[in-house]
Amino acid sequence: MKPLFPPQLKRHLPSRRTFLAVSAAAGGGLIVAYYALGEGRTRKQGELNAFVRIAPDNSVTIMAKNPEIGQGVKTMLPMLVAEELDVDWRQVKIEQADYDPELYKDQYAGGSMATPTSYMPMRQVGAAARLLLMKAAAAIWDVPASQCSTAAGVVKHDATGRTLPYGVLATPAAKFRAPEPASVKLKDPKDFKIIGRRIGGVDSPRLVKGAPLFGIDVEVPGMLYAVFQKCPVFGGSVASANLDEIKKMPGVRAAFVVEGGAQHVFEAEGGTQSSGLLPGIAIVAASWWQAEKARQALSVRWNEGPYAKQSSEGFAKTASELSRKPPAWSLRRDGDVQAALKGAAKLVEAAYEYPFIPHVTLEPQNCTAHVAGGKAEFWAPTQVPEAGRDLVAATLGIGKDDIIVHMTRCGGGFGRRLMNDYMVEAAAISKSVDAPVKLVWSRQDDMQHDFYRAAGWHWLKGGVDAAGRIVAWQQHFVSFGQDKEFASCAGLSPHAFPAGRVPNLSYGASLMETGVPMGPLRAPGENALVWVFQSFIDELAIAAGKDPLQFRIDLLGKKELLPGDGPGLDTGRCIGVLEKVRQMSGWGRKLPPRSGLGVAFSYCHLGYAAEVVEAAVAADGKIAINKVWAAVDVGRQIVNPLGAENQAQGGILDGLSHALNHKITIKDGRTVESNFDGSSPLTMMQAPPAVVEFLLTDHSPTGLGEPPMPPVIPALTNAVFAATGKRVRKLPVETAALAG
Amino acid sequence: MRYSLSVNGQEHSVELDEDTPLLWVLRDALNLKGTKYGCGEGLCGACTVHIDGQAVHACRIPISSLGTSKVVTIEGIGETPVGARLQQAWLKVDVMQCGYCQPGQIMTAAALLAQNPAPSEAEIVAAMDGNLCRCGTYLRIKEAVKAAAKGA
Repeated sequence: MKPLFPPQLKRHLPSRRTFLAVSAAAGGGLIVAYYALGEGRTRKQGELNAFVRIAPDNSVTIMAKNPEIGQGVKTMLPMLVAEELDVDWRQVKIEQADYDPELYKDQYAGGSMATPTSYMPMRQVGAAARLLLMKAAAAIWDVPASQCSTAAGVVKHDATGRTLPYGVLATPAAKFRAPEPASVKLKDPKDFKIIGRRIGGVDSPRLVKGAPLFGIDVEVPGMLYAVFQKCPVFGGSVASANLDEIKKMPGVRAAFVVEGGAQHVFEAEGGTQSSGLLPGIAIVAASWWQAEKARQALSVRWNEGPYAKQSSEGFAKTASELSRKPPAWSLRRDGDVQAALKGAAKLVEAAYEYPFIPHVTLEPQNCTAHVAGGKAEFWAPTQVPEAGRDLVAATLGIGKDDIIVHMTRCGGGFGRRLMNDYMVEAAAISKSVDAPVKLVWSRQDDMQHDFYRAAGWHWLKGGVDAAGRIVAWQQHFVSFGQDKEFASCAGLSPHAFPAGRVPNLSYGASLMETGVPMGPLRAPGENALVWVFQSFIDELAIAAGKDPLQFRIDLLGKKELLPGDGPGLDTGRCIGVLEKVRQMSGWGRKLPPRSGLGVAFSYCHLGYAAEVVEAAVAADGKIAINKVWAAVDVGRQIVNPLGAENQAQGGILDGLSHALNHKITIKDGRTVESNFDGSSPLTMMQAPPAVVEFLLTDHSPTGLGEPPMPPVIPALTNAVFAATGKRVRKLPVETAALAG
Repeated sequence: MRYSLSVNGQEHSVELDEDTPLLWVLRDALNLKGTKYGCGEGLCGACTVHIDGQAVHACRIPISSLGTSKVVTIEGIGETPVGARLQQAWLKVDVMQCGYCQPGQIMTAAALLAQNPAPSEAEIVAAMDGNLCRCGTYLRIKEAVKAAAKGA
């Protein structure tokens, strides 16, 4: 495995050669396509990734190329095309594309990247189609195209008032050559009619009626159902099992041991990931319930492997021992931290820790696969179909070109569906039984065989001078990995703020080895690190006797771009969201006893957010979150404010789930929690009102899946401190410790 | 065993093991995929359906216990005035992110409004608290239930 940092925004800017193509649709009409060719890839002759199809009946079809995981991309990307095409949104039909690397690029959901990678290309496709339709009308009327305009799917000759609908112009427009993408004139944002409008999700009318849109809903003729029992101990394998008995159970068609496969390494959100086919026992039956019931009768002897003695308690103990030694290696060293700590007016020491946490997409992992005759077809809820295809190809020896992946709607992603382990399991099972198979994980499978957000431990020392400025910051991070390579998304960037703003600063790390699988979870890295950094900044603000919000603004200092792994942190944008949330929340106002306001900010995935939480802590320690305010800066344009607010509120509530609810405990090499009674998303009862405002700044529009999520966790625990004087240094919050 | 059951006003006859949960009867025997599997232990509410008007977790109801009860699912709830109002309100408020939990949310809300046409916020939260939404759309769910209660 490669080191985690600096990886996460590798794909942040489209760098490939791009061009538009035009063709006539079968049966008449116009197709405009957009290509962004990767290295070594060529497009199929005569085939188009028809982003826009305009038919003679005036219907406009726009392809949704990316996986829909609840982030609203199936609505948002087509809005960009429709805007520049200048059609009525009600004319537009949206179709979900299959995975096809020769026709589409960047078919993934992750890293809040859809907006930054697609904002311009999607608009160019729409604008190109509009240009061709105007040319066609101009030719019919024998006037210069420059005298024509468009509105709501109609071309108009301004001087004579003549009009022609797009449907009539579609076929003649197809004979013109496609323009260069960069040469196409785009709308002035002040003329936007669709971008910036509050538009509901395109699948919503079907979702509220229970339409079968998700992976778990797929039905294929002749399909069988499967469950797959893996060793509860990470790294274990099957020694023997009562398969003869299982095979006799009602409805069971097959029960067999699946040997494991090699790990497949790929690039996805948060850096380099690895996934593979784990060994286990497959049970295939005529119905899922029969397969699941047979699994409950399984009696397996496992080879538990080298990690069977590992536990959360053991990790904490080892981390504590490591903290008493110097870090295994230094990530960053500025100035002279020891001398600065000695000379500081005030010193603060703290140890922070957070647990493994699961993704628990509400739709458990599942996949339908049909492997036959050396080919494979999938119906997969996946965030990154390309990695899934490659994993199957590498594990089962099927040619990449012989694999078809249909992308279904995903019942949540959050990074879990980047891993595709369920795809290769379904394929291996289908291949063995020579029939299409729908593999559905139980919730227990899902919670106990996740790629968890890594647990972590941080030992910090900080010093402020007599003027209340931070002069020293020393941090020893104990994480997971091997040698000096962090496990997946378990790293710390040398650029993590406040690096660059504290004259004497050191970040060091020590690693523990584990069999616990780890991987990206919404806002990888930042979902935990922001809590640690923004909590300790709060501690230093209190030590300095300063207002925590103003202290942050003073620490950010001069407005400039700091160095980063990808695009660095813009201190001016951080200050912008802090000032905004100061005003929104009425920061500084007086509150009743045992109530308090807490603030935090973060920069991740190209977006900026500052959040304030108002919390009241009862005498028994129970926390009531009265309200959350969020100021978010993702550039100059919010494409769909209706979806954007939903994403931001969802991110905030997700963060509160981390703060209050989620944990995974390892004991005897396995996960203790098995269902939502052990680790639960926030409930409605726990969910506070969350007010979100977008600060529009003169920067390219970027994504919202991740940026609003991290700061709410420290904003909450900082509010708890303001209310009680007790500093939360361990997640999830133990409320009993806050009694008073 | 052969069982007959009434779902959304239609009679069905199915041959299934007696302990088959209603959830899997609906999803896999009757191909009504709107009722979702989330936890199998009555902890998330994704499989909420109505049995004789009561909201229940279909993952915990064996088919053998159904008798002559009438089952209504998300596919049928739109036929009731309350269900139709809820579905409209869900669209108007644009509640959904991934949408997976929403059939269960609507079913719980429909049972609530059928019994209490004008619930307070506290009553809404108390009734809906067992329905998890992993995407965190609770604020909009509450707004939509209130809108539907007002007849929107």
